[in-house]
Amino acid sequence: MANTKEVRKQIASIKSTQKITSAMEMVAASKMKKTQDTMLEGRPYSLKIKDVISHVALANSEYPHPFYEERAPKKACFIVVSSDKGLCGGLNINLFKQVISKSAELNQQEIGSCFALIGTKASSFFKSVGGEVIAVAEKLGDKPNPDDLIGLTKVVLDMHKNNDIDQAYLCSNSFVNTMTQQPNVVQLIPLAPEEQSEEAPSQWDYIYEPEAKELLDGLLTRYIESLVYQAVIENNACEQAAKMIAMKNATDNAGDLIKELELLYNNVRQAAITQELSEIVGGASAV
Amino acid sequence: MNTIKINIVSSSEEIYSGEATMVFATGTLGELGIAPGHTPLLTGLAAGPVRVQNGSDEETFFCSGGFLEVQPDLVTVLSDTAERAESLDESEAIKAKEVAEQELANKDTTIDYAKASAQLAEAVARLKTIQKLRKKQ
Repeated sequence: MANTKEVRKQIASIKSTQKITSAMEMVAASKMKKTQDTMLEGRPYSLKIKDVISHVALANSEYPHPFYEERAPKKACFIVVSSDKGLCGGLNINLFKQVISKSAELNQQEIGSCFALIGTKASSFFKSVGGEVIAVAEKLGDKPNPDDLIGLTKVVLDMHKNNDIDQAYLCSNSFVNTMTQQPNVVQLIPLAPEEQSEEAPSQWDYIYEPEAKELLDGLLTRYIESLVYQAVIENNACEQAAKMIAMKNATDNAGDLIKELELLYNNVRQAAITQELSEIVGGASAV
Repeated sequence: MNTIKINIVSSSEEIYSGEATMVFATGTLGELGIAPGHTPLLTGLAAGPVRVQNGSDEETFFCSGGFLEVQPDLVTVLSDTAERAESLDESEAIKAKEVAEQELANKDTTIDYAKASAQLAEAVARLKTIQKLRKKQ
């Protein structure tokens, strides 16, 4: 049977682990608030640019943009948004599972895959399983700057322009509430045309200053960038929420373990006392 | 009085939203004045002020570039937060590619689907076990 000293040591070590996890839980809770605020602050821009894009799609434009063009797909690019740090439950793993299954599905249709990765977790995952990685953006922090994502998006869009890829997917977690995060794989390119069933085919077009091509190129690039940025800040909020839950569970588990060990400790102590007593009694009767 | 709705947003925040009788902005081709009922217009914005007039009130915002969309009853200003230039974008793109190359030096580029799904299945199983353990208690 274990001796009391050992059990006490174990209890002490679990208690210090519990302190760490509960501190991490509180850190995640306070960060969650901030990341959620950032997520909400970014929303007006993405809503407005979406409005503008849907107006543009309705306009009878003189220049059909390549992002709207459906090509026979030969290769797809996945932009995978993950967290930089672990300890956030199944958040990243559930997302990767969806990405891999989608990529395997495309593979069966003989469509190749390549990956643009955001976050350390994604790059280390694809490092171990293989896959053609075309761009990586890591360590963006809690308040990512839109500028940090320009490079990655440009690599993907340039590949599309050069016909190296025909489709692009954005893979990220969407924030449902604190308890639930939903992994999503959304098609970015070709842009799905808006439903315009009820409206009569429009005959109007914008006045473009300076040129339609130049403007639409810029605007649609900005649109894709804003979608990626929005996905990153939303994923951040998801990460903190998932981390908070994971750490809360860990703290609770540590509490349960400590309870069990304390019970064991009392048993061991009692057994030792009983044994000592019986030895004394035995000794006394022998004398 | 006739007014037009105006929204000014940047990628990190909503800057202004309201009604205006007249909006002035600096387009890439020159100064623009937009009154209610303006014909649809899409233009780039140069760095400069965006002035929003509502009756005798006037508010001014600085915009470092971006896009301006005009619908007859709506003006949307999509402001960039940072200065953008083609060369800057290019260097960012090169950086992103370099990181990818470093991360995956001498790696084969085909995905090992079996390995990937095995790895994920293991991680999921681990999580499920933890959840089951918790439910038992």
